[in-house]
Amino acid sequence: MAWFKKARKPIATSTAEKPSRVPEGLWVKCPGCAQVIYNKDLEKNLSVCPKCAHHFRIGAAERLRALFDDEWTEHFPNLSSNNPLRFADTKQYSARLKQAIATTGLKDAIIVGTGRLDGIPVVIAAMEYAFIGGSMGVVMGEKITRAVEMALDARQPVLIVSCSGGARMMEGALSLMQMAKVSAALARLDRARVPYISILTDPTTGGVTASFAMLGDLNIAEPRALIGFAGPRVIEQTIRQKLPEGFQRSEFLVEHGMLDLVVDRRDMKATIARVLRFMRAETAHVAPPTRVEVAAAPALQEPSR
Amino acid sequence: MPPDTLEFEEPIAVLLKEIDALAMLPQTPARQAEIDGLARRIESIRADIYRRLTPWQRVLVARHPNRPTVLDYVSLLFTDFTEISGDRRFSDDRAMVTGFARYKDEPVLVVGHHKGGGDTKQKIFRNFGYAKPEGYRKALRTMKMAEKFGRAVIAFVDTPAAYPGVESEERGISEAIALNLREMAVLDVPVIVIVHGEGGSGGALGIAVGDRTLMSEFAIYSVIPPEGCAAILWRDSNRKIEAAEALKLTAPDLLGFGLIDRIIPEPVGGAHTNPGQAAAMLDAALTEALSEVSAMESGARLEARYQRFRAMGNAGITE
Ligand SMILES: [Zn+2]
Repeated sequence: MAWFKKARKPIATSTAEKPSRVPEGLWVKCPGCAQVIYNKDLEKNLSVCPKCAHHFRIGAAERLRALFDDEWTEHFPNLSSNNPLRFADTKQYSARLKQAIATTGLKDAIIVGTGRLDGIPVVIAAMEYAFIGGSMGVVMGEKITRAVEMALDARQPVLIVSCSGGARMMEGALSLMQMAKVSAALARLDRARVPYISILTDPTTGGVTASFAMLGDLNIAEPRALIGFAGPRVIEQTIRQKLPEGFQRSEFLVEHGMLDLVVDRRDMKATIARVLRFMRAETAHVAPPTRVEVAAAPALQEPSR
Repeated sequence: MPPDTLEFEEPIAVLLKEIDALAMLPQTPARQAEIDGLARRIESIRADIYRRLTPWQRVLVARHPNRPTVLDYVSLLFTDFTEISGDRRFSDDRAMVTGFARYKDEPVLVVGHHKGGGDTKQKIFRNFGYAKPEGYRKALRTMKMAEKFGRAVIAFVDTPAAYPGVESEERGISEAIALNLREMAVLDVPVIVIVHGEGGSGGALGIAVGDRTLMSEFAIYSVIPPEGCAAILWRDSNRKIEAAEALKLTAPDLLGFGLIDRIIPEPVGGAHTNPGQAAAMLDAALTEALSEVSAMESGARLEARYQRFRAMGNAGITE
């Protein structure tokens, strides 16, 4: 199996790095506080409103830039869905895919990268909501599984940043099975005591939540993210009443004991670095004292299968 | 229409009514011959219909209120059943049945969703087969116990979905299903999964990670109910028939995609028309699967289980 990769610079250069949920134009009105913010100020602030801390949704590439120290390497960028069900609703799935590929510059709703986070070599998989709602199909399942297997081989921590409406309907039961596939890989990672941090962002729902997003050694959410299994509308239909304000938001989940912590995006990297050190993740150049055979970074450059 | 026939079985329903009418009249040899003739016609029409069921028709058969439940199969194929209750965290979920039993004299653990069958009170008691977090946690607790004592797990899957309600979310339905997926992947005993009714997305998968997946001929297994898919993609839940076709949720579809290992044949007309025969057919497939998997050495079995799921969907990827 070929392992594709290409180096990515920390500064946006390719089309893949453009998508951001910050609207085009010089000035942006914050939906949280109605304040008008200068676009560049917002980007410098990791797309968090400086006034009210509203978290704008960000794309996968922007997410990776916010977490990696400097240069990072992308893996498996060429995997794409071949529409295994030949699915069509009011629109051909193949047309939806083509359109998503054109608007995002990605082949599917996820980017896998390796690099360093505060000096610690890590594997990060980040989802792209602009690609069919960040939905999980066979490509996402395979890329995350490879990311986890890569992390296991190199004994490097893995981070999965979720931003997804759940399983991709247009790939039917094939997409459902990705929940089991990724979870099986995470079982091996867990038994090998390699850290896995799940980062849940707005929104994280359906089959993504009911599999790897809830399986982190730590499950960390951004503030006010919608996180749940069933969508709010489905639940309202079941119980035939309006849901309370704040239901299925990060803070609700913390209150019910389902998340370890809620962290502002601007503190996310520092928090992750701190918890990874508790989990015995090591800064590069320093050989882990108990695991002499580990040659983490080189192994990731040329992963063998 | 007699309550047991489905909408597409209308021609059968008509003939059944005729038989009922004839049976009310005084019996004569000629009349009996007429009844026998009608019964034979029913069999031939039924065979014809069931030879080419559409995906949506399969959905209706899979959801038939009289479809055999996990406990029907337990009473027909297992002995010494001892039901085990509770997740030791919050409550006992009746939509999920777990218990010890003997299969071919060998102790095994049975887990399975239960929709409640045809009786309204039972349906409510079983929450229509919509399990809550405590159901999945009870299943995992008992499966860990099976692992501890080296007993195989037989999982019967038949649920519309995990319960989509407020308390499910509050008590962590996502975490409960996720943990089952992860832990079943490495559960160190043989695990045979039988999708015999409705394989409703994550709620089904939450007890469906194992060494073999067998699927009944008219069962369905889907990422989303056709109605839900139609509501989202067609913006009209009445387009469920098209959605059912598009989703490729039938047993032959799943076998073709390599997501299940074997189709268990059903009696013509569906398992509910002859539960005894349905159980015998299931028995044959289960015996074979269980003996294959039990013969494997633990490490090889777990590796094969991993690779089985590892390969799922890969044919849908272009690299
Ligand atoms: Zn604001």
